[in-house]
Order: sequence, then C-alpha cells, then structure tokens
Amino acid sequence: MIKAILIFNNHGKPRLIRFYQYFAEDMQQQIIRETFHLVSKRDDNVCNFLEGIYFTLIYRHYATLYFVFCVDSSESELGILDLIQVFVETLDKCFENVCELDLIFHMDKVHYILQEVVMGGMVLETNMNEIVAQVELQNRMEKSEGGLSGAPARAVSAVKNMNLPEIPRNINIGDINIKVPSLSPF
Amino acid sequence: MALKIVKGSIDRMFDKNLQDLVRGIRNHKEDEAKYISTCIDEIKQELKQDNIAVKANAVCKLTYLQMLGYDVSWAAFNIVEVMSSSKFTYKRIGYLAASQCFHEGTDVIMLTTNQIRKDLSSPNQYDTGVALTGLSCFVTPDLARDLANDIMTLMSHTKPYIRKKAVLIMYKVFLKYPESLRPAFPRLKEKLEDPDPGVQSAAVNVICELARRNPKNYLSLAPLFFKLMTSSTNNWVLIKIIKLFGALTPLEPRLGKKLIEPLTNLIHSTSAMSLLYECVNTVIAVLISLSSGMPNHSASIQLCVQKLRILIEDSDQNLKYLGLLAMSKILKTHPKSVQSHKDLILQCLDDKDESIRLRALDLLYGMVSKKNLMEIVKKLMLHVDKAEGTTYRDELLTKIIDICSQSNYQYITNFEWYISILVELTRLEGTRHGHLIASQMLDVAIRVKAIRGFAVAQMATLLDNAHLLTGNTQRNGICEVLYAAAWICGEFSEHLEDPMQTLEAMLRPKVATLPGHIQAVYVQNAAKLFATVLQKHEGETDSQAAQETSQLLIDRLPLFVQSANLEVQERASCILQLVKYIQKLQQKNVEVAEEVTALFAGELNPVAPKAQKKVPIPEGLDLDAWINEPPSESESEDEKPKVVFAKEEPKHYRSRHTEVDEKELARRREVRKQEQANNPFYIKASPSSQKVYDAPGVEHIPVVQIDLSVPLKVPGMPMSDQYLKLEEERRQKEKAERKKKEKKKKREKRGKGRKADSGPESEEDITPAHQVDIVTEEMPENALPSDDDDKDPNDPHKALDIDLDNLLSGFSSRPLADSEKLPVRTHRPEVLKSPAEDRDSKSVPQETKKKSSKEKKEKKKDKEKDRKRSKEEKKKKKKHKEVEEELLESQPEEAVQSEETKEAAAPPTSTSAEASDLDFWLSSAPVPPAAAQEVTAPSSAAAVDTSSAAAPESEPDEPKDTEPEDTKSSKHKKKKQKKEKEEKEKKKKKRHHHHHHHGDAGGEDSVQNGTVEEEEPLPPMSNYSLLAENSYIKMVYDIQGNHQDESKVVVSVIFENKSDSFLKSMEFNVLDSLNSKLQRPEGAGPHDGLTVPFQLPPGVSNEARFVFSVQSIVMPQKLKGTLTFIVKSDESSTHEKLDFKLHFTCTSYLITTPCYSDAYAKLLESGDLKGSSLRLEGINMPFHHLLARICFHHHFSVVERIDSCASMYSRSIQGHHVCLLVKTSDQTVSIDAKCDEPSLLGNVLDEIKQTFSKC
Repeated sequence: MIKAILIFNNHGKPRLIRFYQYFAEDMQQQIIRETFHLVSKRDDNVCNFLEGIYFTLIYRHYATLYFVFCVDSSESELGILDLIQVFVETLDKCFENVCELDLIFHMDKVHYILQEVVMGGMVLETNMNEIVAQVELQNRMEKSEGGLSGAPARAVSAVKNMNLPEIPRNINIGDINIKVPSLSPF
Repeated sequence: MALKIVKGSIDRMFDKNLQDLVRGIRNHKEDEAKYISTCIDEIKQELKQDNIAVKANAVCKLTYLQMLGYDVSWAAFNIVEVMSSSKFTYKRIGYLAASQCFHEGTDVIMLTTNQIRKDLSSPNQYDTGVALTGLSCFVTPDLARDLANDIMTLMSHTKPYIRKKAVLIMYKVFLKYPESLRPAFPRLKEKLEDPDPGVQSAAVNVICELARRNPKNYLSLAPLFFKLMTSSTNNWVLIKIIKLFGALTPLEPRLGKKLIEPLTNLIHSTSAMSLLYECVNTVIAVLISLSSGMPNHSASIQLCVQKLRILIEDSDQNLKYLGLLAMSKILKTHPKSVQSHKDLILQCLDDKDESIRLRALDLLYGMVSKKNLMEIVKKLMLHVDKAEGTTYRDELLTKIIDICSQSNYQYITNFEWYISILVELTRLEGTRHGHLIASQMLDVAIRVKAIRGFAVAQMATLLDNAHLLTGNTQRNGICEVLYAAAWICGEFSEHLEDPMQTLEAMLRPKVATLPGHIQAVYVQNAAKLFATVLQKHEGETDSQAAQETSQLLIDRLPLFVQSANLEVQERASCILQLVKYIQKLQQKNVEVAEEVTALFAGELNPVAPKAQKKVPIPEGLDLDAWINEPPSESESEDEKPKVVFAKEEPKHYRSRHTEVDEKELARRREVRKQEQANNPFYIKASPSSQKVYDAPGVEHIPVVQIDLSVPLKVPGMPMSDQYLKLEEERRQKEKAERKKKEKKKKREKRGKGRKADSGPESEEDITPAHQVDIVTEEMPENALPSDDDDKDPNDPHKALDIDLDNLLSGFSSRPLADSEKLPVRTHRPEVLKSPAEDRDSKSVPQETKKKSSKEKKEKKKDKEKDRKRSKEEKKKKKKHKEVEEELLESQPEEAVQSEETKEAAAPPTSTSAEASDLDFWLSSAPVPPAAAQEVTAPSSAAAVDTSSAAAPESEPDEPKDTEPEDTKSSKHKKKKQKKEKEEKEKKKKKRHHHHHHHGDAGGEDSVQNGTVEEEEPLPPMSNYSLLAENSYIKMVYDIQGNHQDESKVVVSVIFENKSDSFLKSMEFNVLDSLNSKLQRPEGAGPHDGLTVPFQLPPGVSNEARFVFSVQSIVMPQKLKGTLTFIVKSDESSTHEKLDFKLHFTCTSYLITTPCYSDAYAKLLESGDLKGSSLRLEGINMPFHHLLARICFHHHFSVVERIDSCASMYSRSIQGHHVCLLVKTSDQTVSIDAKCDEPSLLGNVLDEIKQTFSKC
C-alpha cells in the first residue's frame, strides 16, 4: 500500500499532499517536515530509498521538486520509482512542460491526475496514455458544463492574469529522462 | 431568473479563485497567517451564498489551505453540499475536498450515504468514478456496510474504467466491513481473468494486499496466480504476483519447488530490473522455505547471488542498495555463497552514499567467520580512521563491536587482539560510545580468564595515559573507558606488574575532573590496589614501601572526600579512615595485609540477563498478596501474573522436568564436578553456583591451555595489526602440521576420508590461538529451565495474528476460496444488514491450527543448535509420512472411483474446481526427494503447465503423464497422487456436508477414525440443528451473536424444499417473549410475520437470516413460532403451516474471540470471575477433537494448549468473559471454568455437557 504521496519543493513547501491513511492536519505537517528533513540532506546521486520514521520513503528529485511516496513493504521499490516517473511524465503531458508553478496554481488539477494513477493507496493505472485520456475526457466534460455561470468567471480570471509577470515562467522539470531502470512495457 | 443568475455571477466576479488565493499568499510572505485568516473569513462568507458555484470555489480554496496545515473540518457540511451538486465540475471539487479532510470521526459522513449511492449508479461514468475515488479515501464501516452491495454490482460494470475502480475500492470495503469479503470474493476472483488488463491488475492488487495479511487463506489461489504469472506480460502485475508468492511459499514448500523454475526463467529473460529484483527476492524466499537443504538448489542460489552481484556492481545507486538488501536475506540461510563476494561488499564500504555503506555493514555482520574476522575488522578500522562525520564513525564502531561480540564471541580466536582493538578504539575522538567500549572491556576481562593478565596490563597503560582520554567528558564520552580500566586494574590487581605505579596514576589530582561515577570507581579500586600492594610488601622485612603507600593514599584521598559527588565522598572518606587505621597498625608493625585483602576477597561473576526472571518464587511467598491494606487505586502491571489454576500449573513444569533424563543429568554433573576439581583455572564455585541448574546442552569447554606459540605480551602499545600477522603465521604452521597428519591418515585409510582432505580450509579447521573458557553467566539456584523466555514477544507470527484479527475479524479462520457457494448471498439483502455468522468455521481452523503447530515445531527445531537431533526428527517425520501413505493406500480404491464419477457429473465452475485442487496441482510438481532433479528439467515445466491448466479434467490421465519418467519416481508419484486424491475426496465430502449442514456425521466418523492419530482429520461438524420438518419443508437453524451489537443475535435458517412442488410466500413469525424479540421492519406490528425473501423450487434449499433482540443472555430460552407458506404444484396450490420452537442456547450468545495468554492471565488474575467446574466421563475422542468441538459448537478459542491441558476463552455479546481450563486423562475430561456471570457459566457448562453426551 502507498500510505502517502507528498510533493514539496527544495525549501520544504508542500505542493501536494495526499494521505491514504488518516492523520490530523498538524501530524500531516509534521510528517512533511520530517520527510523533507530526511530527503533534503541527501545528495542527488545517492539511492532513492530510505527508511523514514513511519514508512519506507521512495522519492525522486526533479529540479525544484521532490516527489515522495511513502509506502509499506508490499510495494516494490523499483516499481514505485517507475510509478513516480510515470506520474511526472503524465503531469508533463497534461500541463505541457510542467513546472513548479503549474503545481502551485493548479493543485486541484494535479490531484485529479493523481487520482487516475493511484486510488486509495493502491495503484490504479500505470499506462500513461490511458491516464492522460481519462484526464482529458474529464476536463472536456468540465468545459462543456462551464456554460453561462462559468463564462464570466473565466473572463475575469483572464483579466486578472493579464498583468501578471510571474505566470508561465518555464521552470521545467526538464531532466525528466533521468536514467530509469524502467519497466519496459508498462 | 436568468437575469438574477447573471447578476449573481457578476457580483461574484471578484471573488478570489484558487489562483488568486495562491497568488495572494505568495505576495504576503511576511504576514501569511494574517492574510490567510482574512481569506478564511471570506471563504466563510462565500459558503453562506446559495450559489453552488461560489460554494465550490470556496471549497476548492479550502482544500488548498488544508494542504498548508489548516484545519477545515468546520466546512464539512459545505463540502457535502458541493459533493451533491449535479454538475460534475463541482462534484469533483467536493469529493476532492472530502477525500482530503474526511475521516472516520467526521460526523457528516452519515449524510453522504444516499448521495454516494446515487453517484455510484449515475449514468455518467465519471460521476461514478469520482465517487469511487473519493469514497476510497474516507470509507467508514457504516458506508462500507451500506454501499458494499452497490460497489459489488459495479465490479461487473460494462466500462473497464469503473470496473477497475470498483475492484480496488473493495479492498477498503473489506477492511472496514469484513463481512463483505465472503460474498464478494467469488466475483473478485473472477476479475483476475478480466479481459481488461487494468481491471486484472486491480484485482491482483487487491488480492495481494489481502493475502499479505493472511496468506494461508489464499493458498488455494496459487494455481490461478501461477497461470497469470506464466501468461501475463504486464510487469506491474507480475511484480505483485511474484511478491505474493514470496509471502505464500513459507506456508507451502511444495509451491516453492514449483515456482523455482519459472522464476529462474524470468530472471534470465527479463530486462526490467524491478521485475528481476522481485524474482530474485522471491527465489530467495523459496530457498529459505526449503532451507532444509536441497543440494541441487545451489544452482539457484548461485544464480541469485550472481544477479545480485550485477546489481551491486551497477552504477545506479538504487540497484546497489537493493542488491545489498537482498544479499542480506540470502546471508541468513546461505552464508557461504555470500561470503565469496566479500571483496564487493567491502568495496561498498567506500561508497559515498551512507545508506549503502550502512547496508554493507549489515552484511559484514553476518559474513564474519573465525577465519576472516581479523581481516574484516582491520578493514573496518581503516574506515574508522578515514570516516568523516561522527555519526558514521560511531556506526562503524558499534558494528565492529557487534561483529566481534556476536554469539558470545564465537568468532574471536585471539582475545589479545580483541583487547587491542578495543584499546585502539578508545583513541577515537568525539565518539559517543565510550560506554559500549567500556562494557566490552569489562565483559571480556571478566569472562575470559586467560586474558586477564594481558587486559590488566593494557588497562594500566590506559590509566597511565588517562590525560589523552579525558578531553571528552560528555556523557557516554570516551572517558567512560576509564571506568572499565580502573575496575579491571583493581579487581584483577594480582596480575599487575607494578601496582604501585597504577595506584599512583589513579590518584592523580586530574582525576577529580572526571564524572562522579568514574571517580567513585577510582576510589574503590584504589583501595583494592592498596590491598595488593600491602600484600606484596608483607613478606619483606622493610616496611618502608608499604608505609609509603599508605601515606600516598592519606595524602591524595582528601581531594575526593571534598568531592561534590556523594558517592565519591562517601567511599573516599570511608577508605581514608580505613587507611589511617592501617597506617597506625603498620607503625606498630602489625601484619595487616591479609585482613585488608580479605575485604576484597571473592570473585565477581557475571550474571545472566535473564537470571532475575528465573529465580523461582519460594514456596509460601505470594508476591501479589498485600502486606498492608491496598491503597484505593493501584495497578501493578509489571508483576508476575498470578497463577490462577494454581493446582495445575506445577504439573506442567514437572512434566517438562521429566523430559530431561535425570540420570544423564546427574552423570554429567558428576563428570563436570570432577573436571572442575582437577582444573586449576576453574574458580571453585561457591555453593550457590553449584546449585545452578544445569541445562542439558550447556557443557563446559575444557579450559585454558595457553598456547605459547603466541607471545602473551606485545611490546609497546598494542597494535592489532601485529596480531594479524602473528595469526597468519600461526595458521600457516598449523595448516602445515595438519597436512602432515592428514597425509598419514590418508595412507592409513585411503578413500575414506575424502571430505576432509579436499576443498578450502573450513571453519572448523581454525583452532583458536589459545583456548578460552568463556565463563558462562550465573543463574540463580533452582532456576526453572523454561524456554518460554526465549520466545520473542515480538514474534512476527504473533504480530501477524493480531493484525489479521484487527483487519479481518471473523475471517481469520475461514478460507475465502472455499468454493462452497450459497446462492442466497446475491439476492438477499439481509446479508448486508446483519453482520455475518461464523457458521462454517470448522474444518479450516483445524487445518490452520495444525499448520501453526507445525510451524512452532519448526521454530523449535531451528533453535536447537544440535543439528543431529533435528535430523533425527526429520527422519522420524518422514517415516511417519510413509506409514501414513501406506495406510491411505490400503483403503479401498473403489470408493475413490465412485466419488470421482460423482464429481465429474457435478458441474463445477472452473475457478472453484481449480481452487480445490490445490493439493493436486502442487503434487503434480515433481516431488522430492526422489524427483527433485526434475525441477530444473525444462520438459517437465510444460507438462506441469498443461496439467495445472486443465487440472480437474486431466485427473484420470495424470498417471500417463508421468509414465515416461523413470519407474521409481512415477511410482512415488502415483502414491502421492492417490493420497492427494483421497484428501481431496475428504474435503469434497466435507464440503458436500456443508451444504446440508446436518445428517450423516456418524458414518463419516467411522471412516476417518482409521487414520493415524496425529494427522487425524476432524470429523465434520455442524452447528445447524433441526428446527422443524414436515413433508414439504425442512428447517435447520443456527444462532450467532453479533460483535457490534450487544443485544442482537442473528438466527440463520436454512429452508429446504423436500417436496416436488414450488414453495412460495413463506412467512416466518415468532411469538416474542419479554426477553427476546424478533426484529421487524419499521411500521410492522409486533405480531406480524416476516416474509422470507425467496421462493423455493423443488429440491432447493436456501438460507434466510432473522435478527432478534435479546435483553438478558444468562438463561437459555425457547420461542415458539410458525412458518406459513404456499405449496404450489401444477394443478393446485395449498396453504400450509409448520410450527417450530427456536431454542436460544447460552452458547449462541458467545462469540469466538481470540485472546492472548497474557491478557488471559490478567483477566483471571483480576479476581472478578466466579468459578465452576464440570466432569465428563467416558469421552474417548482425541484431545484435539474435543477442543475442536468446544471451539466449534460453543464458540470458544484456544488460548494455550499444553499436552493434555488447554485454556480456552470466549466472550458473550454483552462482554462477559468465559474462561475454561480443559484437562483430560484417560477418558475423563474435567473442565474448570470461570466467568463473571455465574448463571451464564452454569448454562454454558450444561450445554457443553450435552454436546458430549450426544456423541
């Protein structure tokens, strides 16, 4: 079982948290802090597994973000490592060159994508095309529902976004093709 | 209207959306908390709006804030509102928020049931999907119970997208509502073969999770998984299955043998490292389960080790890490194969990655042998010097000590070397493990007598150079070593060359800067040294030197008398006065040495850590009795549990005593005494240590012969490396000598001694430099030779047991793959309302019990260091098996045949047949030992495959398959098969039996009583008893308590149509009593009957359940009732009725509840229970049958069983504890019972009596 999925940046700011086992909010924050503490002091060229306080941690570090999966012993370490890769590549496809800002401003969308990969702590789908297809179908549905009430809100948000210098600066998760001992025909 | 909406949305135009919130927070870095609190206020405003879009937006923002650690549970109701929006966009937001912050304690969850049900059945697959995803995160027992049926339906949805989600979520449902597992399992199993790979993978996922918790129940799925493994190409699925097999093999070694080959193939063929790694891991698990030693599996081990080496050599740190991890697993069972890769592992110590270094260290721990210990430690010492950072260095230090001291210094051949290593380690700066080093020094000096001289010299040097160590005075710093040094020098001062000098060193003013506890030891041991010095000078005529020593002490001790530390102060002043007095005597020329020495006479022996526990409680001492009146509220948990069935307990012990051959013991004791008497190095034991209980296995090593080939003293500071050289030289010499000897031997008896002469130097060949007697630790007199303290309380099996009870309570003892199918389940809504019954928990608990006892046996075997013994045992077992086989074979074959045809006639579903054929499937694998080689033969794999795929049909053909093989093995196989078949038959019969739940138990018994006692299968049992019967219908019933509700019981009634007509409109009614009432649906009158929710075609039986509420459960009760029904045949339909009496026994209020012996003891100890007892005469059934009957019929569980005595436990639905102690001795069974409700107990005992009077 996957017990939790945490995404935080190099400074430990959470970008997405998803616990599959209940913890109160303060406990969640503590777990994030402790996990960050453990993960951040490791070099990039050391192995991606470590024994955390509550679970085994399997993580990958992409540019400014850490993707940490907290798992128990029933998960295959290398399998999860590949899953992280699949997840990140999916994000990359859905956001077109994903960067930290995408995750910051669209936490909800990242959640929706994650929901197609992992459900209730168990791996739901590992085929990237399938994941992307389902996410897109749902987004299309959302758009079609937009209608009258959605339109003005979108217009406003377009206006709001006009004078924003910081929007899509491309901090890409470029080194996506890190050598993965990958599961070939996932 | 539309205008209003537009206006509303324009009003809301400037509400913040999620992006605005995030942006705002980023722009308010200084006062983030303040900004967020204003945002939360805004959100609260927005949530008050009617517009659902606004609400959804607010909830979306809350989800973000929740991530930042804000508690948003106050908005739970609004989240539910958004969830129930009809628009997918909002619904999705709502479910997301719910999944992030709802949990079992959230009370609004109750409100969501109907909404979720609606969403689940929505025509839009994404509504359903979103609901499933959300539910997977916050499902509660209530939701699980209410929605289980809906989700089960979704498992057969047309869209694979929904199917896979429904399958996955079932796992969560099982966890929260275990009762759903049985009805849902067949469908879940079906999904393993779903055409969609995603669904298939989900099903594998769920079953793997389930099986991990409770593997034995899933063994029967092994053939199916095996098929999947050989056919699937999805690596994710493969990994899961392979991991599952890893969990299953320990339970079924035959499975392991079957697996080795396909796994080996995968290892050779796959390119995916993750898959390769898991295969290797499972192969290792298989090999461990087969560790009894199959020589021809060495190829597999080699393959694993080879592959792991490749992983470890890879530049990818992850592979390296995992390689080391897996290597350490092999190490436990096959240390030799790992040891050859020592170079590689030592290399990993240099790795820049600390986690890899630590893994490598772990491996080293297991790799040392007498031969390579010195070398490995030398390498580690090099690393200690190089290591950066104190944490890693400290880790190295502890590992060095661990490695050297493991299993009672087993691998140390030269203790001088070890002492030097310890002394060298003291030179480490900034270590926190001074204490550890000190305790090692003490331990070695005390227990290895031969080394004391050397140790004392070294310690004296340390004391002399104490200034080098005192830099670090922090707690546990290296100065702790001085504690050990001072003590050793004082205690063994007779070995000191120059005690005067050491004494002087110990009384230097600088000592006052050391921590108090060390100073205290200094002062005490200075006194010991003083005594030694006095004695040395006694004989001399010149008393000058002795007097000088006294003066030295008198000069220096006042410094300590002023110490702030009380201990130091006290000792110093005491000793100061003593010395002053001695000085006076000396001046009068009185000889005092002897008396002073007497102060410190006697040896301090090490005490075993368990010694305290083993001190038997003297007779008449009751530690639990209060000396004074007890204070009002006090709990003493740590005290030894009071023995409650006091009369019985000693018996067990005595019986264990007698197991040890008393004569043999006495003889050994005599021999040892002799030996000790003749041995100058053995301290003549004080009377107390003579009485030490002699465990049969503990024998003394012949003691201390110092081999003078190694000089005892190495000049200067010790350098451990010198020892290494010396050691090598010594070994060379020895080897040469041995060779000479061997040559001689060879000449004497050629050909015979093959094993000894060839091959590399084996472990045993290395003799220690000097033989050392490692003093065994002292045990108290009369210590009880119980081995129970060796049992680890954290035993994984035990833990697993608990886990299983927590997760799947009620299912732990039932096989889920049991193919008995009750057609009722699917179309009977009550299944979901009334938590299930344990009606058929019978045949299997027995099996599992047997298994666990076997496991226990095996564990014990492991513990036995004496290998011979275990071998013998194995032999016995084998014989036993053979005997059994013969017995089975001699049974008439015709019966089997006829059964077979019956079986063929019945239309079994493919899956169920497969499941039940596990044994057969497994047996079709080559069976050791005769056919063990075939495992590797590629041809057999194909045969195995086909046979497993077509298991049920190919049964008669099977012998043909085996024909080409050599006759011996095929014969063996035939036998085996027959046995399997027969076993299967039995199972079938049992199952068959299940369906009827009553009837021909007697005949069955007689057949099975013919088999061997130990393996004797239990006669089938059923709790169903006849309720009423007439020519149309027969009703049998069983009553079960309900865990969750203390006032409800469930009555399961099986209706069997005996007529040729159709039975319908059945109505079930009882006359309620004050105490027991039938639960009727709301709105129904108190005398209305309940409609039985099915109709019965001719010859069909079906089961319905009725819930009754009861108030008092201490008395049995009878309720009168009537069943009315319409009999409809082709020509007519008649109204019929049948009266019955429902008998609520007290047993039916008991629920099988597991209890652990410690909790059990505590319970008995509490004194709240009242006792009663029962005696049964003329019971001639095996004890385990007896227990099984009590367990089964009366819902008890066995807490502990020792020989012919067992303690049992059960609990009533209202929480009464019922404890039994059952003993048997030739045909008489006595049951002592305790319960907090005497009348309940009385009734239960009566019922037990009845049960046994019937048989």
